[in-house]
Amino acid sequence: MTHEPTHVRPSATVTPYEDGPLLLRGDFEIVTPDGEHIEAGRPTVALCRCGRSRIKPFCDGTHKLIDFRAPAGRQLPHPDPADDAEQRTAD
Amino acid sequence: MRLPEARGELSAAVIERLGSGPAAGFACLPKVTDVDPLADEDLQLTLAVCYELHYSGFDDVEDRWEWHPGLLALRADIERMFELALRELTGPQPSVGSAEIPAALTALTAEQGGPSLARYIQSHATIDQFREFVIHRSLYQLKEADPHTFAIPRLTGRAKAALIEIQIDEYGSGQLARMHAELFRTTMSCLGLDTAYGAYLDRLPAVTLAGTNMLSMFALHRRLRAALTGQLAAFEMSSSLPNSRYGNGLRRLGGDNRATQFYDEHVEADAVHEQIAAYDMCGSLVAEHPELAADVLFGAAASEALGGMASTHLLDSWAAGRSSLRPALGSADPQPQADLLAGVAA
Ligand code: FES
Ligand SMILES: [Fe+2]
Ligand SMILES: [Fe+2]
Repeated sequence: MTHEPTHVRPSATVTPYEDGPLLLRGDFEIVTPDGEHIEAGRPTVALCRCGRSRIKPFCDGTHKLIDFRAPAGRQLPHPDPADDAEQRTAD
Repeated sequence: MRLPEARGELSAAVIERLGSGPAAGFACLPKVTDVDPLADEDLQLTLAVCYELHYSGFDDVEDRWEWHPGLLALRADIERMFELALRELTGPQPSVGSAEIPAALTALTAEQGGPSLARYIQSHATIDQFREFVIHRSLYQLKEADPHTFAIPRLTGRAKAALIEIQIDEYGSGQLARMHAELFRTTMSCLGLDTAYGAYLDRLPAVTLAGTNMLSMFALHRRLRAALTGQLAAFEMSSSLPNSRYGNGLRRLGGDNRATQFYDEHVEADAVHEQIAAYDMCGSLVAEHPELAADVLFGAAASEALGGMASTHLLDSWAAGRSSLRPALGSADPQPQADLLAGVAA
């Protein structure tokens, strides 16, 4: 059985779900850089992290069509096998 | 809602008895015969009538029928056949560990190649076909989320919290206008359809009733609570992408923001719910009760299988130039009274 951590929870949490969006829960507001309010519409929202949603900043499930991969935990610095020397010089 | 028209011996006998008081004996009912429980009109309608007593009931039917032992015994006979047929249809499910549950659910609900109802509706459906599609969904959507609420007292800990997090959103955080069932009602009225719960019961074929009956069977049996969570996860996980196609189909047919809100809302909401359902609800349930893993996957597989059969029925009927609904009875006119979108569709 998993127990909730005993420390006092922050007012909002962000949870990365494996190969999917970030879920944002708690007391939050989503605003544009100009401070304009973006209506969340619900207490818990999914923020796109694959970059392909058509309703950004929210997730619309498109990540499943593009085989998006991302861990649930923190990704540590690592060499990406796709990043060969050629691509790096092209950057 | 009104009692439906019978579709055979069994439903005729049950409907007739419900019309009289529960004092009426339940002996001499026709035996539940050896039919295909997934396709038999008489059987699925009888089951739908039995279950409806636990939701809204019927006009002029005594509420005490809900727990009538004779009726429950008959329901149990039908459920045995129905559950067996669903388990045969989906085959044995592996007993995977809790960490593998989300991936197993993802695999079960991955978009298949081949004909897709959502793609057809997006690009080709006529306004009448869209109305039929909405009518098929109406028996569930007008009570959207209600069957899953039965699981709340049967779950504990993180799985329970996850289900409640989903349900709060399904019920619009307690605001009537945002309840998903109400959004569906709005879509129906924009399409000129009758928004009364159960108004189209007589038009729904067995393949449609089987889907809602499966939900009710999972919902009303604590033994099947894991299947209900698996079913909900499958629902949520195969929702965002099709709903964006349904919404676009309705826009193509002239639907305005009010008409499409139900679909637009589900694109966004179910992208949230699918994560909560797969990881926090089903994953946590199996972490606590490893023996329930296979039933979680059974519920998801059965949901996908029946959903697929219903979609095939709609597409096949339309390809053959037929309505996918049962014919209207007598004078009950199935045609929408207000043709709000017809001008655009013409
Ligand atoms: S993370 Fe879901 S669409 Fe991008
Ligand atoms: Fe919903
Ligand atoms: Fe949902």
